[in-house]
Amino acid sequence: MSWFVKKRQQKIAVEERTVRVPEGLWIKCEACKELIYRAELQNTHNVCPKCGYHFRIGVEERLTSLMDEGYTTLFSDLQSTDPLHFVAMKAYKDQLKKLHDAGQDQDAVVVVEGTLGGHPVVLSVMNFDFLAASMGSVVGEKLKLGAERALATKSAYLIVSCSGGARMQEGTLSLMQMAKVSAALAKLDKAGIPYFSILTDPTTGGVSASFAMLGDLNVAEPKALIGFAGPRVIEQTIKQSLPEGFQRAEFLQAHGMVDKVVSRDQLKDFLKACLAWMMPERV
Amino acid sequence: MSDQPLDLAQLEKPILELEAQIRSMEMDPSQTKEREKLEKKLEKLRTEFSQNLTDWQRVLLARHPKRPYTLDYIERICDRFEEIHGDRRFGDDAAIVAGLGWIDGNPVMIIGQQKGRDTKQKILRNFGCPKPEGYRKALRLMKLAEKFQRPILCLIDTQGAYPGVDAEERGQAEAIARNLLEMAKLEVPVVAVVIGEGGSGGALALGVADRVMMMENANYSVISPEGCASILWKDSSQAPKAAEALKLTAPRLLDLGVIDSIVKEPLGGAHTDHDRAAALLKEAVVEAFGELAELSAEALVEERYQKFAKMGSVG
Ligand SMILES: [Zn+2]
Repeated sequence: MSWFVKKRQQKIAVEERTVRVPEGLWIKCEACKELIYRAELQNTHNVCPKCGYHFRIGVEERLTSLMDEGYTTLFSDLQSTDPLHFVAMKAYKDQLKKLHDAGQDQDAVVVVEGTLGGHPVVLSVMNFDFLAASMGSVVGEKLKLGAERALATKSAYLIVSCSGGARMQEGTLSLMQMAKVSAALAKLDKAGIPYFSILTDPTTGGVSASFAMLGDLNVAEPKALIGFAGPRVIEQTIKQSLPEGFQRAEFLQAHGMVDKVVSRDQLKDFLKACLAWMMPERV
Repeated sequence: MSDQPLDLAQLEKPILELEAQIRSMEMDPSQTKEREKLEKKLEKLRTEFSQNLTDWQRVLLARHPKRPYTLDYIERICDRFEEIHGDRRFGDDAAIVAGLGWIDGNPVMIIGQQKGRDTKQKILRNFGCPKPEGYRKALRLMKLAEKFQRPILCLIDTQGAYPGVDAEERGQAEAIARNLLEMAKLEVPVVAVVIGEGGSGGALALGVADRVMMMENANYSVISPEGCASILWKDSSQAPKAAEALKLTAPRLLDLGVIDSIVKEPLGGAHTDHDRAAALLKEAVVEAFGELAELSAEALVEERYQKFAKMGSVG
């Protein structure tokens, strides 16, 4: 992915508050500004050992941190067809091709099935490196297929979300993915199958206004930015600066929308316990 | 929100003094005999204390600042507890604690009003007086338990739902009413225990259960004795009289058919021994869930209906 695409997307869609761990031997923590030895971060799931700041992590790291060994990837062949032939400063088609050529061939979500702490699960993880994990037809379709797979196999369904919102380049079709995925979750709900929404930094727009808020449990990583409208949009609208902590995970918990803020190193254990609580005992 | 009442403190004074005396002798082996004698005396004092309580004194005991609260019980009866926050509507009310619990490995949803021990905690917990978002959190999690076929344990301990402008704006009455209706429909076993104060609608909103129990010194009432006294006696200092008249203690409510059973407390009250109080509570709760596990969803709902349909007295 070119730097230009990445920067532009982040500017359009999300606040550039949190960044992935940059290259180099030493890393400066975004939050506490302390220098951290890179190797140390690997032992802490990319959480700052000084202040607990959660760096963004990639899909692979997320998958291995949550899944037991031996999971399989599903629906990896789906690709966007650029249904609107969308062209802005760049052609959407060219953006997609560039990403594909750079090895990003799964659009903005990866779906896997396997077990988590021994419990059968389907897990979808959104990929912020792919157009700010915006939701177009492929993301919606894969999330829906993941839900259907969970329904068919009576597995729990988990979505780790992060997103700048709906993918503008696919217009109203993107908007409809909110309804599509939510409808699939309604089926899981009716069948009594657990669905966990795990909100990570940042989860905004149409993703937050659909499946990310619909978990049997909504779990968020500390300090994750979560909201419908982005903070910059709100500031421009109300012409006031926003208070410290606004739209962070802890704010969402205090306002009743996030059920629990769970740090990354506790997340698997927490999910495992909740799955055991919810899923029928296997004889 | 009253301070430690004087007459209860005076009543407990000889017990506390004797306890201190026994503690001071513990290190000295030469005093073992004497200590054992005093321990017998202490037990006698505690028995007398428990047996001779007036209804008003029981009310004071239920408000004892050292009485175990919901979280004190949860940490003692659960192998693990994961608190879950928020109503998905407005907020997270710290006056109600709720979450996924495991009792002897069995998953159970636990929901209860939570009072605060020190000033900071009291304010955080709003003195155990829930707002609508507390009741809505409770209902949301009851529904979650129903979805996954898990039983529900409610621990009731509130002087009442919070009377305030914001609570009214967000529909305190609607929130309580909704819980009464929805709890009547829950297709999983529900056990409710009044562990301290059962203050009116704010208590009942967690109380539509298949088994309703009270701790020995708990009370459950349509209004506080002080409130009743100030309305019907025009004098809140008549609260002890009102406490008698309201028949709000566990033995009297058992007679009236409002509750199903009484959970014994340690001699002298639950505050004297939190571990023992929790063990007694756990025993009663486990037994009740064991009985209810035999019933189908339809039978649970129908029997719960019949139980509440029978309440009241008409000539
Ligand atoms: Zn830091």
